[in-house]
Amino acid sequence: MSSSNDSHPIIEIEHLTRTFRKKAALDDVSLSVPPSCVFGLLGENGAGKSTLIKHILGTLKAKSGSVRVFGENPVENAESVLARIGYLSEDREMPTWMRVHEVMRYTQAFFPKWDEHFASELLETFRLDRDAKVKTLSRGEKAQLGLLAALAHRPELLLLDEPSSGLDAIVRRDILGAIVRTVADEGRTVFFSSHLLEEVERVSDYVAMISGGKLVLCDKLDHIKETHHRLIVHFEDTHSKAPSINGALSCNGHGKEWTLICNGELDKAQAHIQEIGARIVEQNTPSLEDLFIAYSERPMEVVKKGEHS
Amino acid sequence: MHIHITPKDGVPIYRQLIQQVKLLVASGRLNPGEELPPIRTLAKQLLINPNTVARAYRDLETEGVLESKQGSGTTVCQTGLSPLARKEKITILTDRCDALISEAKQLNVERDILIDIIKQRYDAFDTGDHS
Repeated sequence: MSSSNDSHPIIEIEHLTRTFRKKAALDDVSLSVPPSCVFGLLGENGAGKSTLIKHILGTLKAKSGSVRVFGENPVENAESVLARIGYLSEDREMPTWMRVHEVMRYTQAFFPKWDEHFASELLETFRLDRDAKVKTLSRGEKAQLGLLAALAHRPELLLLDEPSSGLDAIVRRDILGAIVRTVADEGRTVFFSSHLLEEVERVSDYVAMISGGKLVLCDKLDHIKETHHRLIVHFEDTHSKAPSINGALSCNGHGKEWTLICNGELDKAQAHIQEIGARIVEQNTPSLEDLFIAYSERPMEVVKKGEHS
Repeated sequence: MHIHITPKDGVPIYRQLIQQVKLLVASGRLNPGEELPPIRTLAKQLLINPNTVARAYRDLETEGVLESKQGSGTTVCQTGLSPLARKEKITILTDRCDALISEAKQLNVERDILIDIIKQRYDAFDTGDHS
């Protein structure tokens, strides 16, 4: 909830470009994450999500462009920045020989603000056994322990890299619950990456989509929903390939019926459809999945960025 | 208060919330004066963004379905409810009818046949013989 009167962005990335073996992993990415919001980052595997998150954490140094977290450089001020971040990595690496309570004590040492009462509460909620060894934990239990370690020092920024990846529905609910609680109860900020579009749609205030290292969409989710439209168009004649319609981002279907996704240029599309003698049989709001597909198919270009007013 | 959110639809979540709260009020499952869960509680229960709940409550207040008083949370509006409920019932059913009619048209089912089907099914529900 936006109760904070400090409106400085929590994360500010400007023109970040990163190349691995001459291939652009991130290509001129700029985005800004305001305080007390949930920011969802979408992208296929290999799109650049993890590379972006590593820059926020300061494990990768910005070679071109800049990264600021809490207004600081996360590489030069690693210690103070990391103390304010709760991070859960996709692989959830933990020392396998430790027991659950040892992992907790070990993590606590890095975070002066560790809340022991909250940690025990989470342990109980997740039904984790304090004495179990990490190597005996299931995939889901490891994720819960990782989440506990990320949450228990009540970080100002909760940073989750594909938190739901490979987990069952119950643990995925724990993770969504943690995201919602973080922003609802404490007005803190959450930045998470995911390829699970429904989860991102459920909890996000802002959504960014990254494709081939480029930011193809970045806006408030409400605004994305208001400005994008899904049209099902019926043509008199059968089309063997996607008809080109003015103002449409993408066109999918076959034969006489095609689904168009439009961004803000509804009038243009409607006029063109009428002009060529086709008719709109359905018009509604696209899901994030529709948009994700539409933008992934497009030639890469920045459609909207940093409109966080 | 039972609410079900389906992000897959494309319908914005705040709008799903608004529709379902209206349906609960119109069908008498939420009564005038009854209190709704606080924003944060409902957000955590439904696993959705609290700003989404806040927006839905705000819009429902503007429309006169809900009211919020300092210190007593958000409640179902006491005044002017029954005409609103009637209007809402009609709105909800009109939406459903539109979907049904467009399907009937696609299947080339004529108007009178559709009306006959509705009558038959309505009677079947009344006699409890609808399974």
